Amino acid sequence: MRLRVNPVQCVAHGLCGELLPEAVRLDDWGYPILDDGELDPELVDLARRAADACPTLALLLESERT
Amino acid sequence: MSAAPVTVDLLPRLLSGVGERPMVGLDEHAAVHGPLPDLSALAPGQLIETIEAAGLRGHGGASFPVGRKMRAVASRRGPAVVVANGAEGEPASKKDRVLLREAPHLVLDGAAVAARAVGARQAIVAISSEDERGLRSLDTALRQRRAARLRTDPRFELSEIEPCYLAGQESALVAALNGGAAKPTFGPRPFERGVRRRPTLVQNVETLAHVGLIARHGPAWFRELGTPGDPGSALVTLSGAVASPGVYEIDHGMPLSELLDSAGVREPLAAVLVGGYFGTWLSADVLSDVLLAAESLADHGASFGAGVIVALGPEACPVAETTAVAEFFAAESAGQCGPCVNGLSALAGTVHQLATGTAGRTALSDLDRWTRDLRRRGVCAHPDGAVRFISSALRTFEPEFRDHARRGPCDRCAGTAVLPAPIRARHRS
Repeated sequence: MRLRVNPVQCVAHGLCGELLPEAVRLDDWGYPILDDGELDPELVDLARRAADACPTLALLLESERT
Repeated sequence: MSAAPVTVDLLPRLLSGVGERPMVGLDEHAAVHGPLPDLSALAPGQLIETIEAAGLRGHGGASFPVGRKMRAVASRRGPAVVVANGAEGEPASKKDRVLLREAPHLVLDGAAVAARAVGARQAIVAISSEDERGLRSLDTALRQRRAARLRTDPRFELSEIEPCYLAGQESALVAALNGGAAKPTFGPRPFERGVRRRPTLVQNVETLAHVGLIARHGPAWFRELGTPGDPGSALVTLSGAVASPGVYEIDHGMPLSELLDSAGVREPLAAVLVGGYFGTWLSADVLSDVLLAAESLADHGASFGAGVIVALGPEACPVAETTAVAEFFAAESAGQCGPCVNGLSALAGTVHQLATGTAGRTALSDLDRWTRDLRRRGVCAHPDGAVRFISSALRTFEPEFRDHARRGPCDRCAGTAVLPAPIRARHRS
């Protein structure tokens, strides 16, 4: 699984950075910068919670696809 | 600017017959290039294999392999659409305009071949609404083809696009053709779901012109020019400190310095911008080593992009040029993505402060952090292009930037801009 953000939808609420600091840091304006690549399996549940908590549904948890 | 082909044995290809009349008409086109093979007798898969064997890459900026893109569209279900992308939002590029004005039949031939290859009955030619001469040429060309009853032509449609830097970005162009704003979109890509929700092949107009010639003469002919990794010829728009700026057709195997010399370069050069505004500066000392081919340019951190080449002479101020383009990038953001809106505005502001000697002590570390953080953060590659240009300028012109930061504007800052940076008043939703 990996995280992706829809940058058009994201308005920098910053919840993802609070809920999942292991994989998300926030830039100078509060927008998320996601770790590249496959998510640590131990973080998947937390990532799902972060995605569900995003007020604009901009954080996406996706399985690998081409 | 004039269209002046460089005279090398095997050139010109695309510009054959160009320059003698306002445009190459259908009869003249057939006389210069020979007939297009009967497309209805060729299997789509065979056409794609031919393009793949030629090794043609896209000429719109991203240099994506054309055969692979065709294959992706052809593999989708249902009828596809071909879009000939002539929106050309790059301020320093004129080659697509020249091609559409002077040799529209080559582009239309390529669109017909591409339509056959991906299973499209419709082909849309998208062109800037400000390009009146191009519109006239295309209109004439389409009338000539209808009169000649070219049976294998797809249904052609001409679409005028509101000009802006991002108008040519694939998903923005598709959005505009679907009646929306010309802004890049998140989600399915054009090859999956594009114009009228159909699988859509978007190709730059020059790319299609090459397709039209490869369909006639084959991959081996195409590879007679260029390098194994970057075969064929290409159009470039050369401007700046040269006696004869204009659109040239080059062999990808040609050294950059040879092109500059043939156009009457004014030495000493400070640097040369290659690719486009999203491109890379090459400093004067590497120019003699660089070929205009992807692999050679990559050795120097550059790419061929949309074929823009700007020679910066000794009378220009690289810091002022960089500042104007940084501001252009910020102004041309579609205004959709936070990182792009905030990041590009911050980059432009800080570059401006460096240029005017008003920057704070953290300016360089701020720029460094933002250029690292902005990569791949937008829905399109606009912020990536801005970052690439600004990082390259800061690296190439480091002494000049340091000097401006300390002493403020130089004597050359107020001179005429070499890089055009038209900033439009745009409304954002």
